[in-house]
Amino acid sequence: MGKLGSTPSQTVGPYLSIGLPWEDGPFVVPEGTEGAVWIRGTVSDGEGAPVPDALVETWQADPSGRFDHPDDPRGRAESGFRGFGRCPTDERGEYGILTVLPGILPSGDGGDQARHIDVSVFARGMLSRVVTRIYFEDQDNSGDAVLASVPEGRRATLVAAKAGNGYRFDVRLQGEGETVFFAV
Amino acid sequence: MATPTGLRLPRYRPDPEGTHPPMDFAGYRSTQLRHPAQPLVLLPQMLTEVTGPLLGPGRLGEHDNDLTRQHSGEPQGQRIIVTGRLLDGDGRPIRDSLVEIWQANAGGRYRHTGDRWPSPLDPNFDGLGRALTDGDGRYEFTTIKPGAYPWKNHDNAWRPAHIHFSVFGAAFTQRLVTQMYFPDDPLFGQDPIFNSIPDEKARQRMISRFDLERTEEQWALAFRFDIVVRGREQSVFEDEEDED
Repeated sequence: MGKLGSTPSQTVGPYLSIGLPWEDGPFVVPEGTEGAVWIRGTVSDGEGAPVPDALVETWQADPSGRFDHPDDPRGRAESGFRGFGRCPTDERGEYGILTVLPGILPSGDGGDQARHIDVSVFARGMLSRVVTRIYFEDQDNSGDAVLASVPEGRRATLVAAKAGNGYRFDVRLQGEGETVFFAV
Repeated sequence: MATPTGLRLPRYRPDPEGTHPPMDFAGYRSTQLRHPAQPLVLLPQMLTEVTGPLLGPGRLGEHDNDLTRQHSGEPQGQRIIVTGRLLDGDGRPIRDSLVEIWQANAGGRYRHTGDRWPSPLDPNFDGLGRALTDGDGRYEFTTIKPGAYPWKNHDNAWRPAHIHFSVFGAAFTQRLVTQMYFPDDPLFGQDPIFNSIPDEKARQRMISRFDLERTEEQWALAFRFDIVVRGREQSVFEDEEDED
């Protein structure tokens, strides 16, 4: 079969808020869902200044560790669980996603993956998205191979801290405390 | 890929070097403080990466793919049809998948508080569209051709006319935001965003082509823009099954 070259990535530019936000974007689950938590944080740049024109997107398994997706080899969970969150940052660089903790996932080699959420961040001044993962400080992350593959001194940037009834996950694009970003 | 515990996951090929822009690109000044300075860590493709949001049905309104009919009057400008297919790198159509676009009006002005350059807003144009791909991966929008506009990246800087496109593909690995350009734009040469793509052939893939056949007589010009997201590695487990 002939291979097609991929279309290149380009920046979302400064006016992404025309096209990408949805009213229900931040709500992976509706308000009032049992176990729902807000994950909030700030996106900041290489000088620590907030990034007010970024978009944070999240993708995750449901609480039982399943996906409503045909490529899950364990079988598609016909649950209607959207698994997706999307929130633009405000003028203070803040975003918020209301969700439930994803389940523990098999890693495929006999082990488990700790509860995690995949994250894409887009912004003006970023020609491609950056990809990161959210882990949770009050969960058992000890056996997670992805987290273990990250230099020890930087692991904390992937772990959301308990804050009020939810979690805090800041994204530092560059510089001191730079978030770990992945090539996927 | 088959694993000892029987989790058989598709695997998405990396794109060839030069397909995508570097995050640190001096010509585009805003990248300076917004690119990771640390090396990226390799994330193996596991369950969360080979799945992804399947969005669309229920998210579209009647005129979402016709940006000329979202108000009581018609917008100013050259009416165009933009159509194409969403494919993976093996030419497989991605069906029932959400395509989102946003763009400036005919005069190159965005409906956004941050856009203040002296070109008027059009009361009949918002510049936002959504469509769902069909069974062949095909999408279609009716809109107006966006104008070029100035920005402050360098002296007398102008963005070539473009439409922003956002697609999901079928997996987290395939998520893509890009820009569609128009053929023979004289502004390409001075635009760092367009020229941030190292590979010349890849860069050309962002340029739509004029589609005479798809034009509508006495009504609209047409441009064709296929969007290709990463294909899969040749399926190891399918081969294994063949050998069984």
